[in-house]
Amino acid sequence: MSILSAALILVGLALFFGLVLGYASVRFKVEGDPLADQVDSILPQTQCGQCTFPGCRPYAEAIAKGEAPINQCPPGGETTMLALADLLDVEPLALNEELEPAAELPEVAIIIEKDCIGCTLCIQACPVDAIVGSAKHMHTVIESECTGCELCIPPCPVDCIIMRPLDTTIDNWKWKQPISTENTYPLIPMPLDSELNDKGLGS
Amino acid sequence: MSDLINPTKITTSSRKLWSFHGGVHPPFHKDDSNTLAIKSAGIPDKLVLPLRQHIGIDAEPCVSVGDKVFKGQLIAKHNHHVDQQDFSANIHAPTSGKITAIEEHSIPHPSGLLANCIILKTDGEDEQSESHKLAPFLDYKNTKAEEIIERIEQAGIVGLGGAVFPTAVKLAGSRKTQIKTLIINGAECEPYITCDDLLMREKSAEIITGIEILLHLLNAKECLIGIEDNKPEAIEMVRSACKHNHHIEVVSIPAIYPSGGEKQLIQILTGKEIPAGGLPLDLGFLGQNIGTVYSIYQAVIEGAPLISRIITVTGNGILHPQNYEVLIGTSFAYLATQAGGTTKMADHLIMGGPMMGFTLDDDDIPVVKASNCALFTSSTALRESNSAFSTQSTMPCIRCGKCMDVCPAKLLPQQLYWHIRAKDLEKVQEHNLKDCIECGCCNYVCPSHIPLVDYYRFAKVEIRDQKIAQEKADLSRERHEFLLFRKERDKRERDEKRAAHKAALQKKKADIAKKKSESGEDDSSDNTKADAIKQAMERAKAKKQARDESANKSYKKEDDAS
Repeated sequence: MSILSAALILVGLALFFGLVLGYASVRFKVEGDPLADQVDSILPQTQCGQCTFPGCRPYAEAIAKGEAPINQCPPGGETTMLALADLLDVEPLALNEELEPAAELPEVAIIIEKDCIGCTLCIQACPVDAIVGSAKHMHTVIESECTGCELCIPPCPVDCIIMRPLDTTIDNWKWKQPISTENTYPLIPMPLDSELNDKGLGS
Repeated sequence: MSDLINPTKITTSSRKLWSFHGGVHPPFHKDDSNTLAIKSAGIPDKLVLPLRQHIGIDAEPCVSVGDKVFKGQLIAKHNHHVDQQDFSANIHAPTSGKITAIEEHSIPHPSGLLANCIILKTDGEDEQSESHKLAPFLDYKNTKAEEIIERIEQAGIVGLGGAVFPTAVKLAGSRKTQIKTLIINGAECEPYITCDDLLMREKSAEIITGIEILLHLLNAKECLIGIEDNKPEAIEMVRSACKHNHHIEVVSIPAIYPSGGEKQLIQILTGKEIPAGGLPLDLGFLGQNIGTVYSIYQAVIEGAPLISRIITVTGNGILHPQNYEVLIGTSFAYLATQAGGTTKMADHLIMGGPMMGFTLDDDDIPVVKASNCALFTSSTALRESNSAFSTQSTMPCIRCGKCMDVCPAKLLPQQLYWHIRAKDLEKVQEHNLKDCIECGCCNYVCPSHIPLVDYYRFAKVEIRDQKIAQEKADLSRERHEFLLFRKERDKRERDEKRAAHKAALQKKKADIAKKKSESGEDDSSDNTKADAIKQAMERAKAKKQARDESANKSYKKEDDAS
């Protein structure tokens, strides 16, 4: 009898929790992929496609599914890679050397305006609508919106788009990273070259 | 609240004093420059006036090249939007002369970069024009506080203690809450600098009037003037000048670096610790520097804008160290010649003191509102107070913890250092790097000569840049998503339009068919039509054939003829 009541209670509980969970999964369903969103928020959003995916969001989705490695983003560099490793709890990887490394300083596209023929091809290529202009009229890049993805360069039929690093001004100037000399100190004192020469050991 | 009060009390005067955590006693070198009275540096041939001598954005020039200007004339107007956190302050012509250029010139900044400046060629007349004078408010007690603040804004006054925050903005903000205690900072704890010391000795009555103006417009009841006890003459002079006003009290505080930090001084005088990330305002305090108070006096009582300041020219690289009253825009090179010239020892020119100042690469750089000291010194003398200037090699951190003991902000400097080296900026922020006041105490005590403050400055900028990059990434994402949405929408709209057009055509056809069937016409009419077309086509065919035949005939005729 007691076994029966225990079994009934357990079955009852199982049914109850099953219903609660079933309801919750319908009522509180999360739209989209939260992990992909998190990954996407770390990526630099240049939309440059250097990762071989057509933009940051597809790359984020591939990372979230585990289909792409985390070291494919040159504009994000080491910082992004480390942040991704931290988020996904995986080992950090060295940046993929096959991909072209990002410029040292952030760059923006500049249209040489006297050469522009107003073909609108760059406008269609820009992933963030940072180029203004209309057919047969000169185009120009909105500097503050440009992500430096370089996608506008190949379509230009007259090669009038160049990449230029942002000017350093008082406002965006940075203190240099102090050089940590201590790494260069060998733990065991090494004999100097001259000492080696004195002893006839040098070449 | 009780844990905010530091239990270690020091009793030097009648007033109970507290102490802040840490601090150091570097060699103060005050005697080098505090024995002589303040001297006017005179009018140099050229003045260079940077458009940004304050925290915030550039002031807007309101003169053009070739204009003749008078002493005290407004040459660049503030254009701040306080709600957008963009501040600026007015700039006036320090003397009469001609504007020769508005162009980029080197300015005192650690980057050594150029910035927009107004170049004034002086005429030596020091001419003033009545139309550009501000009317003095002699009876300031019966003047509205708003008017006085407006005057302070007109006069282009900024905090002369080093932060150069526009004073009018600070005062207007302070009036929104009730200020309990006005704290006047006369500590001047940084080695070598004596400009506030001399100003207090020579202009004590004016400073007290300046304080009374501030008390009036803040409606505050108490003012404490904190002066380090290594300035007995200044304490004496200011004390005798404020005898008549029992709201103002001069407090002699023990000399320890950095007692002149705003938060540190408040802690010494009141025992209250400003919470991390908070402002003195939150606890009902307002701090002002001695130099600022004197400028307020000049603006309100004399109607004079901020066109000059006291600056200490000192160091073992200068022949006759002294304090000078210098027109804003005077070059450091001119100052050095005024002080007898430099000696062979002058390896470095530092604006500010050895603890917090920065090196200027060139001496053709103008004095700005923030310049309190021109330190011409040898590297050896600098090494004693700041390892960042040291030529000695950096040794590994041995985690001795000395930096932690001296940090006045109660941070863990060595921990910050390790995290910055590992580029773990998240950890750095967790360790409250933003509370670092860059006082340099950790540099001073570090036995391994690690330039710790350089690391903190680097990390602060790095954190700022990451924030900016994140904002930009968010903007780019938004724009990219909108682009995708727009393309999708355009395509959908095109498709819909096409579908609608097609539907309309079909409807029209159907309507016609319907009409026909309704009007009783049957298929026979269609047949007759088709027949008519057929007949017409046959006629056309026959015609064409006839033409071709006649053409062939004519060819033949031609052939026969030839």
